[in-house]
Amino acid sequence: MSSVKDWAAPNPVTENRSGIIGKGVERYEGKLKVTGTAAYAYEVEPPSAPAYGYLLAATIAKGRITAIDISAAEASPGVKLVWTHLNVPKQARRGERINPRSQRPANPALAGDRVEFFGQPVAFVAADTWENARAAANLIRVSYAAEPAVLDFRASLDLAEMPDGEEDVLIGDFEGAYARAPAQIDETYFSPLQNHVQMEPCATTAWWEGDKVTVHTSIQMVKGGQHALAETLAIPSEKVHLLTRYIGGGFGGKGQAYDDLTLAALGARALGQPVKLTYTRQQMFQATIHRPAVSMRVRLGAEPDGRLNAFAVEAVTHCARSASFVEHAANFSRNLYAAPNRLTGHRLVKMDIPHAGPMRAPGEASGMLSLECAMDELAEKLGIDPIELRLRNEPDVDPETGKPFSIRQLTECLNTGAQRFGWSRRNPKPGQVRDGRWLVGMGMAAAIRGNFLLPAKAGVRIDGTGVITLRQGMTDIGTGTYTILAQITAETMGVTMDEVKVELGDSEFPPAPGSGGQFGAATAGSAAFEANMNLRRALAELAIGDPNSPLYGGDPTYVTFGNGNIAIENRSESLATLVSRAAPDGVYVEGAISPAADARDYSQHTYGGHFAEVGVDTVTGEVRMRRMFGVFAAGRILNAKTAKSQVTGGMIWGVGTALTEGNVVDNRYGSFINQDMAGYLVPSHADIVDLDAIFLEEADDKANPMGIKGVGELGICGAGAAVANAIYNACGVRLRDFPMTPDKVLEGLMAKGL
Amino acid sequence: MRPFTYERPTDVAAAVKAVAATPGAKFLAGGTNLLDLMKLDIEQPTHLVDVNRLPLAGMEDTSDGGLRIGSMVTNSHLAADARVRSRYSVLTQAIVSGGSGQLRNKATAGGNLLQRTRCAYFYDPSKPCNKRLPGSGCSALDGLNRNSAIFGASEACIATHPSDMAVALTALGASLETMTADGATRTLAVADLHRLPGDTPHIETTLAAGELITAVVLPPAPAGGQVYRKARDRASYAGGLASVAVVGSQVAFGAVAHKPWRAEKTEAALASGAGAVEAAHAELAGAQDNGKNGFKIALVARMTADALAQAREGRGA
Repeated sequence: MSSVKDWAAPNPVTENRSGIIGKGVERYEGKLKVTGTAAYAYEVEPPSAPAYGYLLAATIAKGRITAIDISAAEASPGVKLVWTHLNVPKQARRGERINPRSQRPANPALAGDRVEFFGQPVAFVAADTWENARAAANLIRVSYAAEPAVLDFRASLDLAEMPDGEEDVLIGDFEGAYARAPAQIDETYFSPLQNHVQMEPCATTAWWEGDKVTVHTSIQMVKGGQHALAETLAIPSEKVHLLTRYIGGGFGGKGQAYDDLTLAALGARALGQPVKLTYTRQQMFQATIHRPAVSMRVRLGAEPDGRLNAFAVEAVTHCARSASFVEHAANFSRNLYAAPNRLTGHRLVKMDIPHAGPMRAPGEASGMLSLECAMDELAEKLGIDPIELRLRNEPDVDPETGKPFSIRQLTECLNTGAQRFGWSRRNPKPGQVRDGRWLVGMGMAAAIRGNFLLPAKAGVRIDGTGVITLRQGMTDIGTGTYTILAQITAETMGVTMDEVKVELGDSEFPPAPGSGGQFGAATAGSAAFEANMNLRRALAELAIGDPNSPLYGGDPTYVTFGNGNIAIENRSESLATLVSRAAPDGVYVEGAISPAADARDYSQHTYGGHFAEVGVDTVTGEVRMRRMFGVFAAGRILNAKTAKSQVTGGMIWGVGTALTEGNVVDNRYGSFINQDMAGYLVPSHADIVDLDAIFLEEADDKANPMGIKGVGELGICGAGAAVANAIYNACGVRLRDFPMTPDKVLEGLMAKGL
Repeated sequence: MRPFTYERPTDVAAAVKAVAATPGAKFLAGGTNLLDLMKLDIEQPTHLVDVNRLPLAGMEDTSDGGLRIGSMVTNSHLAADARVRSRYSVLTQAIVSGGSGQLRNKATAGGNLLQRTRCAYFYDPSKPCNKRLPGSGCSALDGLNRNSAIFGASEACIATHPSDMAVALTALGASLETMTADGATRTLAVADLHRLPGDTPHIETTLAAGELITAVVLPPAPAGGQVYRKARDRASYAGGLASVAVVGSQVAFGAVAHKPWRAEKTEAALASGAGAVEAAHAELAGAQDNGKNGFKIALVARMTADALAQAREGRGA
């Protein structure tokens, strides 16, 4: 196993002789997408005319199906099959795993008469058209025996328990230090349940050839989807060919397979015909996973100079009764600020609503809303600037583990941001800046998000024309993965982007873990880099060993790649010439990456600072963004454009989190009140004014051979807190209940006599 | 599937006759609301009469100094019209605060008036809703009713009418021209178009079967400033939490009732010399809090007082 020391040596990416690394290269697949020729899962043309499926969803939160009448549906025009738990083909039991190496266990659809959440699929119809399938599904009569359900999180906090296998992290004597602290903050912050609201709903097109099924589906993890379907159908995984070439947003919500995958495959087998099946927009809200609500108690005990002596962040969150998912909303705080006496931990309420699960920056996105507001409250209490308060609590080593940081530029992010944003113009006293009927204020927050490297492989082939094709069982969920892999390949091989092809999203390609946890670029990219380095070695050996090559007999140490050529000093030939002559069938090699043995000896994160300026309408309580600026440090940046798009996208989500986004359970039904994009409000263009971000120069040689880190989740971390702090600075209303909608702000204004 | 037939007449009388003669028939104009509701199986027309080819897209000054707006004039055109912008700025303000640019390009003056509530329970066929399924009950009454009505609601329905344009038209005292099934024309005030829910919230207007709005007629612009203010959760493409239209001393509220709400008590208070704040509260005294929507009472009062002051001072929004 490698050591992080091995990664410090210069390499083609860190040398970046062509300058492709870091350049704001246009999206590799952008033209296909904007011209409508990138076929998403539901749009893939199957080999013959498909049947169209439709899912019927449960209308109770918890209970049992007592009767289900499908006769009218079966007699409905165009209907090919109607399945319920009574007649669905046999599948493996939930959680079963025949192959111990499968990444995901069986996930059967329509598996029984139990209803565990509102929106759970209870019947499946396939028909000649989608409209006929839906019309038939609506003729199915389901009778339920409903049972009492836990649906109201805020009313159920006393049901919270320690998650299985977890314990609080206690360092020093928090209670004693807190009790003695001259300055104390003890506040509880609430962030609501959020939906992913991907543009593309979950969808699958499936067909069989013999005993092998091909599924085009929208999923972030290729192997996870392939294995889940194989286990569910109790067939070997090589009998499942899963493709996911283009994905219209994932955000963690497509980290797993849903019933569209299983039922499209089963339906296609039963009908001997391809089947297309998609979730409706409403089903996406009601029946996929969500970010759970979090109630966070923060206690800070500080000296008069602002140094934290006691620090506690305690999260209460929820998940489905049958699950064990924990939103680790307090974890980020273990690495952020120094304090000798610490308490962090989580409690979990089991509820009868759909499954909670990962969503962009799980943990940080909701968790940072609490501590980063609490720090603002402490700063005001002590009369210290909020940035200065953070700098005074900057740790030398990881505050929980004592490990050294691989690199930590939080201070630089905050200072650079303050200067660029004009933080010095902020009046620390709230409610002082008027612009007509608006009160204007500024707020800031820190950002932190872990960096990860997972095992991955990649394959790369060069053909006789010099075209280099990178293949990987990786996904691009809209982040720019295709593009950065093409850049890494082009720079490493010394060719132009035009000579590189990237093929992703195929279970028969060398596996990568997929997109999630902002590990995608570092993980897939490092494997691609290693594959390309192996291709360089293979081509060098090919040339040196070929009497017809000008490099024949040379020293491999001196082989260089550039301008499409392979060379030793002034002896060179083009890659196309070499390969077409010496290896006419092309050269294919693979590469792999895995975490260094000593990677865990370092505390490794990405960092940032958010700065927001808002206006608060003193008449209505409406909050409107005026400016927002982010400064981030996240290793070497592969593509200025796609990386910036990732962090600004995260910041915009932070704006939505602060101002508009969230869902609420109707406690009578167990359903969400918002189930479309007119009800669940993400920011519109008009909500985002003058929003920008920059990256600091950085290379983290403890991260991976290229010194890169993830950027997909960093931008949302802390962003909403900066907005909330700006609201307070603007009008003096301190809200601790996200989102900060006009009704809540107005109540605060009126309470202040405004 | 639910089959429906479709025709696209070019003659107003023929269109009216076609809808009147066919049970379950509906007019199709911009389609921005009707088609959404059909996709959700909430609207289930048997026959669509597309009115986009009818000669109803003109605008002309009336002899008394008002403006006659064909019912097929799009919201975008109407808001951008120089006469509207100069004489009826409240209407432009209201229209551009509604929907999105794309929706306003398709939506028509007549269709805007006839759009249906955005109550979340109306949009969710798994829930009781008297408007969608008469007799099934009102889920909003004891539910998540943050967006619901504070005026004129009933035990059967507390939904609101979502139009911004209609609120401005109500404050302006606009009227409508229609053609009825027998080919006759009639005129009615915009304020008389929509009904309060009562026991029949599924019957939303006073139009007869097949009756088609052919024009919106604006009276000469009343004296005084014109202001439209809308409070909403996000800066664009969001229904109002509440809105206020002020035209001189005429005042209407939006997103607070089953219809655009003419604030007659506020107007009466103004007429008797009350200040803006007192006048605003005069109407709000009759408002009802259903649990989650009580904030609208203070919100409308504050917006109204501010909009009245703004209209009087002629200061910009």
